[in-house]
Amino acid sequence: MFDMQPFGCMIPRVMDDVFKALADASRRKLLDELHKRGGQTLGELCQHLDMSRQAVTKHLGLLEAANLVATSWRGREKLHYLNPVPLHEIYERWIAKYERHRLDALSELKKGLEENTNTKK
Amino acid sequence: MHKPDFVYKTYIRSTPEKTWDAITKPEFTRQYWGEMANLSDWKQGSEWKHVNKDNETWIVGQVTESIPPKRLVVTWADPDDLKDVSRVTYEIEPLEEMVCLTVTHDNFIPGSEMAGKVSKGWPHVLSSLKSFLETGKGLKLGCASQSQG
Repeated sequence: MFDMQPFGCMIPRVMDDVFKALADASRRKLLDELHKRGGQTLGELCQHLDMSRQAVTKHLGLLEAANLVATSWRGREKLHYLNPVPLHEIYERWIAKYERHRLDALSELKKGLEENTNTKK
Repeated sequence: MHKPDFVYKTYIRSTPEKTWDAITKPEFTRQYWGEMANLSDWKQGSEWKHVNKDNETWIVGQVTESIPPKRLVVTWADPDDLKDVSRVTYEIEPLEEMVCLTVTHDNFIPGSEMAGKVSKGWPHVLSSLKSFLETGKGLKLGCASQSQG
């Protein structure tokens, strides 16, 4: 019944770690990759990124310590997931309830306009 | 072995027992899960359902594993679309003065509509649960995040 080993929980750090983890383009790229496809192994991530295996390992460690990446084991493989919970906490902290729809609308508008520009090129 | 689809993790300043109660007792879930209640006796093999304040059932399923206050596994389906069934696993691990709560939602059928719905809901529910356990108050649910999960 247990087809997954228990999840590795690490002691979480403070919110500073979330922002520090996000303040690096390579780590954001890693999160983008996990957002596209959750459950990737280190090997799979390395294939998609222009970084050494060592660098990916280091960045994943920082992201996991900031709780932005959650992991689970499948046999001997460690799978990585984007964990959006800390990002949601940031969102909750600064975005008021009544602003959300307007922000969604703005974001859709921006996306729509940028797509149009790209097709014209 | 298949790959889980969503893995969410949050750290809460609380105890495993309180966290378990917050997930399984309707008087608590109503305070942070958009006024929804999780109803069941939480015994292995029992039914469970997720109902709103008017007692309308939004989600139904079966309890497939129940080890309080550590591990709870349930199936998860819309009562109007029982074929689109998936699985939710809650794991609660004590960690010094905190707990680490991991929620895994997986076993979706190919082309599951539920998979799209829950991916927006869980981060909000878990942030709200954390806030409820740490401060006594859940977060308000905006319309955008009122989907199940």
